[in-house]
Amino acid sequence: MSTVTSHAEEVHTHAHDHDHEHEHHELNFWTKYIFSTDHKTIAKQYLISGILWAFIGGSLSIIFRLQLGFPDMQLEWLRPILGEWIDEGGKLDKEFYLALVTMHGTIMVFFVLTAGLSGTFSNFLIPLQIGARDMASGFINMLSYWFFFISSMIMFTSLFIETGPASGGWVIYPPLSALPQAMPGSGLGMTLWLTSMTFFIVSSLMGGINYICTIINLRTRGMTFTKMPLTIWSFFFTAVLGLLSFPVLLSAALLLIFDRSFGTSFYLSEIYIQGQALPNVGGSAILYQHLFWFLGHPEVYIVLLPALGMTSEIIATNSRKPIFGYRAMIGSMMGITVLAFIVWAHHMFVTGMNPFLGSVFMFLTLIIAVPSAVKAFNYITTLWRGNLIFTPAMLFSIGLVSLFISGGVTGIILGNSALDINLHDTYFVVAHFHLVMGAASFFGLMAGVYHWFPKMFGRMMNKTLGYIHFWFTFVGVYLVFFPMHYIGIAGFPRRYYSFTALGNDGASAFTNMNAFISIAAIITFSAQAIFAWNFFYSIFKGKRAPLNPWNSTTLEWTTPINPEHGNWPGEIPAVYRWPYDYSKPGSDADFIPQNVPFSATKSSNLPEENADIAKEKDIDGLLGAQNESYNR
Amino acid sequence: MNYLIGLLSIVFFILAISVIVKSMKINKNLSESEDADTALDSSNNTNAYGMLIFWLLGTIAGVWSFLHSAPDFLPEAASKHGVTTDKMFWTSMSVVTLAFFASNTLLLFFAFKYRYNKNRKATFYPVNHKLELIWTVIPAIVMAILVFTGWRTWRDITSQAPSEAVVIELTGHQFGWYVRYGGVDDNQLGNYNYKLIDETNNIGIDFTDKHSFDDFTATELHLPKGKPVLLKIHAQDVLHSVYLPFHRVKMDAVPGMPTKFWFTPTISTDEMRAKLGKKDFNFKLNCTEVCGRGHFGMAITVFVDEPADYKKWCAEQKPFLATNPAYLAKVPANLKAKATKYIPAEPIATDSTATEAVSLN
Repeated sequence: MSTVTSHAEEVHTHAHDHDHEHEHHELNFWTKYIFSTDHKTIAKQYLISGILWAFIGGSLSIIFRLQLGFPDMQLEWLRPILGEWIDEGGKLDKEFYLALVTMHGTIMVFFVLTAGLSGTFSNFLIPLQIGARDMASGFINMLSYWFFFISSMIMFTSLFIETGPASGGWVIYPPLSALPQAMPGSGLGMTLWLTSMTFFIVSSLMGGINYICTIINLRTRGMTFTKMPLTIWSFFFTAVLGLLSFPVLLSAALLLIFDRSFGTSFYLSEIYIQGQALPNVGGSAILYQHLFWFLGHPEVYIVLLPALGMTSEIIATNSRKPIFGYRAMIGSMMGITVLAFIVWAHHMFVTGMNPFLGSVFMFLTLIIAVPSAVKAFNYITTLWRGNLIFTPAMLFSIGLVSLFISGGVTGIILGNSALDINLHDTYFVVAHFHLVMGAASFFGLMAGVYHWFPKMFGRMMNKTLGYIHFWFTFVGVYLVFFPMHYIGIAGFPRRYYSFTALGNDGASAFTNMNAFISIAAIITFSAQAIFAWNFFYSIFKGKRAPLNPWNSTTLEWTTPINPEHGNWPGEIPAVYRWPYDYSKPGSDADFIPQNVPFSATKSSNLPEENADIAKEKDIDGLLGAQNESYNR
Repeated sequence: MNYLIGLLSIVFFILAISVIVKSMKINKNLSESEDADTALDSSNNTNAYGMLIFWLLGTIAGVWSFLHSAPDFLPEAASKHGVTTDKMFWTSMSVVTLAFFASNTLLLFFAFKYRYNKNRKATFYPVNHKLELIWTVIPAIVMAILVFTGWRTWRDITSQAPSEAVVIELTGHQFGWYVRYGGVDDNQLGNYNYKLIDETNNIGIDFTDKHSFDDFTATELHLPKGKPVLLKIHAQDVLHSVYLPFHRVKMDAVPGMPTKFWFTPTISTDEMRAKLGKKDFNFKLNCTEVCGRGHFGMAITVFVDEPADYKKWCAEQKPFLATNPAYLAKVPANLKAKATKYIPAEPIATDSTATEAVSLN
């Protein structure tokens, strides 16, 4: 190992005399692992934070699943952890139940699937796959993580305060979230939630700006937009979505802060609470919902698109076959990105919003199903007549496609405003979004970890444990969320502590099924321990990774096994072809990396590619300019 | 019975795992040498068969669990629009279930069929515009049909309520619902103002409005069968949501922004009881927007009466002013005469001397 590195450094020094001076500094522990500006380290920081958050968020859901599955269960044994949140009767406190639901949602959506997924892989893969030495601004990138870290700390602290964390649902609709007298969680807990989210938004904006700048400006020579891997396209669209929608959430939060602390009435009007008529008039609670969902809906795609992008890459690689319809994939992601901004009010069909608006949003919402369907069909066709290697990453990718379909189809039902009347805020919705965005994105995250672990840590994860982890999770996720559709069709509302008030013995109809779901959830959650062990053990003790373990075509596999800051010890490779030349007819190798020129693969070139040979000189000619840009 | 599914699934699950583990061991013994060029390992076939087993068990479990749960779904809709939306729901549901089943089947089947075989090379098949066009256009057409029918229904449901509709006011608060009727005389709801709320007048009825005088309140919701009903919905403190599961009605209650929903109940409580064979069946009104600690218990009972019974029930109710004559003081002078009509004949007067006089009698 060390010889490789020193040799590499030698080459590097010869190649560029003065650039990347920072690499030649001895990095101490702090600058190497903590306040690092290396995108790879920052990615790992995001990943490990995300994994820790996922376990916290998951365990919260297990606690409330205990209440839902076993309403009569004595939870006295949880008192050492939950303290006063277990009431005298040994039951879960009703307000804490709502706090659990709220924090589970907040943590999973923002801290796991936004930061943990997009934060990890955008950071890790953008420079490596487009051929850049680092992000456009390593410093802002570092700040982005540390703002996220501050945000995490604040949110984590809020779990332990006496009045409890925010409890009004992850959407924190005012007036419930605006009035501390409405519930204890709307006191300090909500203040901390809003503070934390403010930092989170700052972090994700810094990240997003960096991703966009890097993708536009730092692509290596020859890496035109149409030669970018779909992962990069998906990160690009994700960053655009985040950049345009997170500020709106910030303004929503800001106005809420004003209402809470400075006596304004943006969202409050005509409120009588606890024997007191508040002076606020003229505000609109619906305004908040519009602002919130203007982020909230794109947020769904912010967590889903990176997962879909990585899946495209992993499925193509492990099918040994080009992704089907590369341009259609880009087109459909672009369509999803644009449409994501104009469908938000489908979350609000029955909020009293003008029904005409409801019609408009129903049309727009169902349009978005078309690009989503195209994506699903393209994945399936990619498998068709492939030569499939079931690595854990591949399994999770196939699982993602399955979950994406299963959860996606019910979106067609919910996007229909007439049908949404009865299904809104029932378990049908819970089942829908957990499958399509929760589980699917989570599967994307897992696929990404298994696939790029060798590049991250220079070691392999244990495959057998990966398979077992996959099957437990795949079967488990279906066992948890599939039956929830039935409960939803039976009209059970979400965020209910118990279903007794439904009357007519309705609660008992699904007692067993709720118990079953809870058991399945506990098993699925426990199975994640297999992953955690595999992950942390393999970082230190895993089998050493080969240079290109999956025989993949993209640029990250042209770096050394453990790339230093700067990624390539010598010149950054040039790119001559698209990233999906797998099993190309006429080629002996079953994959041709992106940095192999067409002039070297004459036997397998398509006619138009032979024409491209002439352009290779131009691409090579850009080397000077590229090096120049790094010296500036 | 449900425990049985649970048990069965767990058994299948364990079986599947053990099969995988076992065959992995066998495979390992069979071929120690892995293909050096690929990331392939000996479990590849096992995982491929896993896809097939998953499809098979998943299909069985899906069908069985649906049939098992179906009796517990909400019974036939008890409102006019509910019947339409239910029908549309099940039509759309069959369309999407078909799409769900077909695409998952292809996905899992392809995964199984095209598992790695070193004698085969994957087909280089990067694009086919015709195919892509087909599967863009077909979903688009299906979607257009679904949207169009959905939109027509939505338009009808959210149209202006008929003028003869019975108007009922629902006010959500932590944690319950106040119900107010327009009264038998003018059948019109009077104004309300949140600043007028006190311990007795907990809706904040405004007695400077003459329409308020005959308004009465109730703790249950009574609806006339076969007549259009217009719910006028308010909230006092935080968001709530009116949910009548059996009538397929849902509309948020928003502080400061009145909302509404109109529908026609078609099945009376008695008929529903007979239909379901449950003597103690009752329609319910629940809350579906999280509103705090008591959210899950925020329900009242709903009675759908035959029109004649409904009329009778309304006539039996006493106007708010009649039960709380003290509020006569809030009525402006020019309307006092009109309001006094509703004060009970035996003078429960507002000043204390009069009260004494009454008690002396």
